[in-house]
Amino acid sequence: MSTVDHLNDERAPEGPAENRRVPRAGHFLYLVPGFLLYAAFCLWPIAQTAYFSFFRWDGITDMRWIGLRNYLELFTDPLTLTIFGHGLVMIVFYAILPVLIGLLIVAIMTRVRIRLLAIFRTVLFLPQILATVVVAVAWRWIYAYDGPINAVLELLGMGFLTRAWLGDFDTALASVGLIGTWINFGLCMVLFIGGAQKIDTQLYEAARLDGAGPVQEFLAVTLPGLRGEISIALILTVTNALRNFDIVWNTTAGGPGTETLVPSYLIYEGAFITRNVGFAAAASVVLTALILVLTASITIGLRRRY
Amino acid sequence: MESKKEVVFGHAILLIGALIALYPFVSIILQALTPAPGSGAEGWTLENFISAWTRGGFSRSLLNSAIVAFAVVVATAIAAMLAGYVLSVLKFEWRVAVFALLMIGLVLPSEARIIPLYNLFASTGLLNSYWALILPQIASSFPLATFWMANYYAQLPESLSEAASLDGASEFEILRHIYAPIGMSAVLTLSCLVFLFTWNEFMLALVLMPDNVAVQTAPLSLSFFAGNERTTEPQVIAAAAVLVALPVVVAYFFLQRRFMQGLLEGAVK
Repeated sequence: MSTVDHLNDERAPEGPAENRRVPRAGHFLYLVPGFLLYAAFCLWPIAQTAYFSFFRWDGITDMRWIGLRNYLELFTDPLTLTIFGHGLVMIVFYAILPVLIGLLIVAIMTRVRIRLLAIFRTVLFLPQILATVVVAVAWRWIYAYDGPINAVLELLGMGFLTRAWLGDFDTALASVGLIGTWINFGLCMVLFIGGAQKIDTQLYEAARLDGAGPVQEFLAVTLPGLRGEISIALILTVTNALRNFDIVWNTTAGGPGTETLVPSYLIYEGAFITRNVGFAAAASVVLTALILVLTASITIGLRRRY
Repeated sequence: MESKKEVVFGHAILLIGALIALYPFVSIILQALTPAPGSGAEGWTLENFISAWTRGGFSRSLLNSAIVAFAVVVATAIAAMLAGYVLSVLKFEWRVAVFALLMIGLVLPSEARIIPLYNLFASTGLLNSYWALILPQIASSFPLATFWMANYYAQLPESLSEAASLDGASEFEILRHIYAPIGMSAVLTLSCLVFLFTWNEFMLALVLMPDNVAVQTAPLSLSFFAGNERTTEPQVIAAAAVLVALPVVVAYFFLQRRFMQGLLEGAVK
């Protein structure tokens, strides 16, 4: 084939195996389509966001350089701090609770061979694949004043507890958070059950011979054996928690008052509603940094001891 | 050995977990099948679906979602096959640097680029068009997809490409006739994942196509439709939500292994 000869001509004189290491102009072409888009619509916008964060800007008129003032405002304004605090509360609901639930299940199930595992897995994973808007619509109904939760409370004679859960100052944030717990608990269960099955059964036998009870067995064998899975679960769910925009937008829109405002909502509002673009950019830089730091420390913290 | 008590207890807990996972979705399906107030129907009915389909314009927005998802999946798959091949099989010399650059995109939230993207599309007149949603999503899927394909190709035996190059095939021909067909299974899993993310994307759609009903995707339509609770019955909103979820749910039940594998392994990389 003539094209082959043509390509061969361009090759360096070493053998065919060796010249794979030599960079060739043709090889760049393979990267061009993806990288062009990646650079234009990911890397460049990110650089721009970082740049905007040093300006006061309404998105239309001239930008005014203000150095680190946006960041200063971010870390001193009580409302902003509360909003980032809500982000951390979301981590409890989206990440820590689901992981604990998953671990509890595994602790109970390690000695048991699970029947119908495939079906359980399919069902438990379902919340992960539903669009967040759909999830929000479903939960709005569940939390509604005439919804199932209040109906059950009435039935149990606890009618005094009934309320519009998403509209109540005392319960709104936790109610939004529990939606996240619901989205992620199945993922953690599936991950940990899968991981527990890969743990060498001899380790359990050895632990039992040493006289370990169920709790010691869990702490000494199961928990260390699941380190990788816990790390994956935390990375997925913590990122989810901090990027929780869709659920808030479609359930409470941040209300009542500022009860359920989260960082991504702050960014959206600043950028597109109140037109404080520089401040919103600074907030997204901080949010991004937070995600990076947390995922990196999860990865490192859970890997080191091996 | 497992004791009977543990078996029963463990399965009971799993069953409760499964019911909790199912309940919200099942409850909106049931709600969607219940006649709306003011309707003459009794028992179960499909009229809420018809009502949502026509009043909410979901025939249009589901089609829009399909167009956007299809474009993003195909373009990402092709770009990732090319890049994965050159990075792993051809051992692109600067691949360490390239992978490092791709790592950036792997963890970044869309919040970090939403403002410049809006400005870019506003100034080019592409706001409220398919492009505004397709291009950024190919870009954000590209890093994960490339890692995915590079990993897959790297575990294939090297003799594969060596034998072919001895037969006189060019590097591109080796990709086209050997690596691309062999990698189809990996591409399919990857496509499930990208399809899922693209179909469900909300924030980008909200910001980048806010004013043009003709191109809006299904989740965005649903959000607007469900926001008008005063004019829309909850049963019809529920039906709309089921319509939006259905394509993904159906795909999930047929390809669940790929979806799970994609979501779980996608996180490792």
